[in-house]
Amino acid sequence: MSDALGHFNYWAVVVLMMVGFYTLIARGNLVKKLIGLNIFQTSVIMMYVSFGKITGGTAPILVEGDHGEAVEHVVYSNPIPHVLMLTAIVVGVATLALGLSLVVRIKEAYGTIDEDEITAKDNAQ
Amino acid sequence: MDSGLLILFTVLLPVVGAFLVLALRFNENVREAATLITGGVTFYHVLGLLHLVREGERPSLTLLEVVPGVDLAFEVEPLGMVFALVASFLWPVTSLYAIGYMRGHHEENQTRFFFFFAIAIAGALGVAFAGNLFTLFVFYEFLTFCTFPLVTHHQTEEAKRSGRIYLGILLTTSVGLQLVAIIWTWVLAGTLDFRTGGILAGTTSTAVLGAILVLYVYGVGKAAVMPFHRWLPAAMVAPTPVSALLHAVAVVKAGVFTVLKVAVYVFGIDLLQTLATTSWLAWAAAATIILGSLVAFSKDNLKARLAYSTISQLSYIVLGAMLANELGIIGGGMHIAMHAFGKITLFFAAGAIMVAAHEKEISRMHGLGRTMPITFGAFFVGSLSIIGLPPAGGAWSKWFLGMGTLEAGQFGLLAVLMLSSLLGLYYLLEVPVKAFFFPPPADDGHRHDDHGHGEEDYGGSTHAADDHAHHGDESAFVIGGLREAPLPSLIAICVTATATVVLFFWPDLWQELMTMVVGGGAP
Amino acid sequence: MSENLPALLIVVPLMLAPVAALVGRAGASWAVATAACWWALYASLALLLRVWDEGVIRYALGGWPAPYGIEYRIDLASAFVALIVAVIGAIAIPYARTSIAREVAEDRAPLFYTAFILSLTGLLGISITGDVFNVFVFLEISSLSAYSMIALGQDRRALTAAYQYLIMGSTGATFIVIGIGLMYVMTGTLNMVDLAERLPQVADNRTIPVAFTFLTVGITLKLALFPLHLWLPNAYTFAPSAVTAFMASTATKVSVYLLLRFFFTIFGFQFSFERMQLDMVLMPLALVAILAMSLVAIYQANVKRLLAFSSVAQIGYMVLGISFGSVLGVTAGILHLFNHALMKGALFMAMGCVMYRIGSVRIEKMAGLGKAMPWTMAAFVLAGLSLIGVPLTVGFVSKWYLVQAALERDQWAVAGVVMVGSLMALVYIWKVVEVAYFGELDPDHEIQEAPLSLLVPTWVLVIASFWFGIDATGTAEVATAAAESLLRGLP
Repeated sequence: MSDALGHFNYWAVVVLMMVGFYTLIARGNLVKKLIGLNIFQTSVIMMYVSFGKITGGTAPILVEGDHGEAVEHVVYSNPIPHVLMLTAIVVGVATLALGLSLVVRIKEAYGTIDEDEITAKDNAQ
Repeated sequence: MDSGLLILFTVLLPVVGAFLVLALRFNENVREAATLITGGVTFYHVLGLLHLVREGERPSLTLLEVVPGVDLAFEVEPLGMVFALVASFLWPVTSLYAIGYMRGHHEENQTRFFFFFAIAIAGALGVAFAGNLFTLFVFYEFLTFCTFPLVTHHQTEEAKRSGRIYLGILLTTSVGLQLVAIIWTWVLAGTLDFRTGGILAGTTSTAVLGAILVLYVYGVGKAAVMPFHRWLPAAMVAPTPVSALLHAVAVVKAGVFTVLKVAVYVFGIDLLQTLATTSWLAWAAAATIILGSLVAFSKDNLKARLAYSTISQLSYIVLGAMLANELGIIGGGMHIAMHAFGKITLFFAAGAIMVAAHEKEISRMHGLGRTMPITFGAFFVGSLSIIGLPPAGGAWSKWFLGMGTLEAGQFGLLAVLMLSSLLGLYYLLEVPVKAFFFPPPADDGHRHDDHGHGEEDYGGSTHAADDHAHHGDESAFVIGGLREAPLPSLIAICVTATATVVLFFWPDLWQELMTMVVGGGAP
Repeated sequence: MSENLPALLIVVPLMLAPVAALVGRAGASWAVATAACWWALYASLALLLRVWDEGVIRYALGGWPAPYGIEYRIDLASAFVALIVAVIGAIAIPYARTSIAREVAEDRAPLFYTAFILSLTGLLGISITGDVFNVFVFLEISSLSAYSMIALGQDRRALTAAYQYLIMGSTGATFIVIGIGLMYVMTGTLNMVDLAERLPQVADNRTIPVAFTFLTVGITLKLALFPLHLWLPNAYTFAPSAVTAFMASTATKVSVYLLLRFFFTIFGFQFSFERMQLDMVLMPLALVAILAMSLVAIYQANVKRLLAFSSVAQIGYMVLGISFGSVLGVTAGILHLFNHALMKGALFMAMGCVMYRIGSVRIEKMAGLGKAMPWTMAAFVLAGLSLIGVPLTVGFVSKWYLVQAALERDQWAVAGVVMVGSLMALVYIWKVVEVAYFGELDPDHEIQEAPLSLLVPTWVLVIASFWFGIDATGTAEVATAAAESLLRGLP
């Protein structure tokens, strides 16, 4: 039981991933798709960050002793995943920005942002 | 000139000629002169190579390595010499014929025609002089593509459809079957060079080798072994000089030449005899011989009849190869020459009849011999060669093939050869006999119009003013009461008919070359 | 400078990208883009020659040694792919000047060139990096700029095509990130060499096969391997002509390289092929891609769309070669990367010429074009012959190796499929040839031949298709050496 609770992060990751992925695929509204994509990407971010947490680990800032020397045998959490995810967040933002601007242009061109209606208009043309 | 370079020069000469034709396109007579002169010079150089080969030399030239281990290379040996001689001699002759025909028939796009004609000959020479399977395949495919514009010359709907059948069948067989066989050979033998005794002996089981043989024979679509024969009658939509040179000489002979070459230099006669599929393929060829003759029977359109006759005759050569004995190979190789001269005469005659008398159906050619005696006389001589009767050259190749069947103990195949001659007797001699001895059909009035612009199926395209000028009535050579083919064409017909007879009295050269092939001079 | 060449290969174009945006005028931006492309060509060629002589190049960015820092690791396969990207870029950029001037509004042209340079940078980065997360970063750089370029197409369907590509591409990239994350959590490293060493030790844990699977799905989506190819036809059809020509010859090729890098170098041949049976997944999909996509191509009325489906089929050929897992097979796959880039680049450029003159690439509008635009259509026919696999063209060389690889394994059926694919290519190429050469020109509209600035790059690629088909020894040697080193894995 404690294992299940201890893995709470990962359950959240899985739930978010599935919610995001489902929204991405199943929803016809273009903006909702982008939201789904973003939720999906967010779940991945959470996953990485969770990977970084080491049991008993403290924040990854060097602990200094009284006179400024480095303290030994301190367990730190891994900072790398956080760093990687900063990059991933930026990528996600860029993707979202590009996606939304495309949606704006599509709205201008088609008058709608529903996937089925757009397909219908394309087929009619 | 170094013999290796001589080969390259000879193959490239027709290409040079093609570009000369293109450059000289605004003056028709100079343009035709360019074709004829190039043809003559090419033939002269082929003779030079012949001289070397007869002395036992095997000129060769390696151009470059294409893929690691596979070269583009030429090597001249006697079988290739046979094909090259036939192709290079008949090119200028056919060009002469074409000059008369194209003008008499008021054909369009003549420059394009003569350009691709020359390129096609270069392709044929490339096939003849190929030193390994890869080079042969390169020129084989090249030949397919450069004859496409010739086959679809008239650019009508029918031409387009026929072009599709042409490319479709030839490329399906070459890519789907022949290329697989070639790569397989490479994997098994580690080389693609042509060698006496073959390169495949001992590489793997006879069952697999037998399968590869089947892939080769059916993969060479240009040999028109049934059921991959449909492209030949489809190609009849082309102007007759195309049908004559390509489908009596260059394209089809490239096909059967490839079959012979593969049989002798990739498999080797000894290996062939051990394979089970060799005799099956011999019977497949026999079936094509008979079926081709039977269908020829049923055709009233002269060119269609000649097309099926060609299909039948090509399988003589395939049969010769699959007999897998010396006599069969000699007979097959000789038939390359004999059939070429005989068939080209027949096609020339068919074209002449179309241009001068505007007839395509045999039933309407009754009595035409009176006004076109030379043409029908030539037709008669050509027929004798195809049937295999003296005094025409075809008698010799038939003789050797027959002897080959006896040596192989295949009396059934001998019977097939005899039966085919019998059928040929009827379906070929019918034409001159009815032309000379039957009265003309009732409504022959339109025969003697001067400007019958080509009928629908042979592609009356719209007439642009530039590509043909009306120099009076060019569609016939009128002399006395005769209304023969245009003069250049008539000369060509006489040349080939005479050659057919000459070959009977002098088959030595061909026999000598083919004996060298089986006798095993190098490679 | 030459020590830092690996970094400069990326940094110079990356720095030039904002310059192109800032200069603000189409002509000046184009000049900046040309400089970036030529630099990339020079640098990638120099790197290939150096790798050929000295072996693998390992460059630590910023001096931080691997595995702590990001390193660039350039072996033969990397250098070869980088060269392909650079060559196509260098040929596409002069082409783009005229083509883009016609198809994209002038005030947007600087942004186009910026995106072009960024895409080039991204693709080059993927080829030479030795760090898996770096791969993701460059992948997204190239993809995002590609989405923007596609969206600049004239037809409004370009927008939906770009959007669809964005959604699918980002999903694929995210899958790749998940895979990378799972690998990281098990091994603690992101460096490719280090991963290759540490993965076998943890391979029994369930996490690693899961990572493998996520990576496979993500990469095949970027590759456009059937059935994850849905974004490709629309993206190629509606993008501006120069973009299609560039992308068709580079983006998917780099993704194939990624496949090679992940499955041969990082996971290793044994894990990928024997434990995870990757060939059982890739080969059937590749075979279906070849047959089904060629068939669909035959029925297309829009020639760009026809060529797009043809591309999916050709990607099937590449993956088929790789799925053999033999030297011949992987050589065939790598060779086809190069050969297809040349062929398809030429074909799409020819279509760009047609688009330039008649404003459409629908087959029925191309009647009689063989007479009006002889050089353009001749380029199409010749490049088409290469696609069919006529000997003395690059297409033939690829097929030569591919069929050999099949026959070596006694897989006749596969060899047959390869040939059937060629024959289907014959059908769809000839469809266009027939209309162009047998059709009648509309007498009312006079159509001129395409301008030289479009024709010359097209013909450069056509001639290259024949050059490297007539003398394939150079490319074959490089491809074979690359294949051998990939199959050998890391020491």
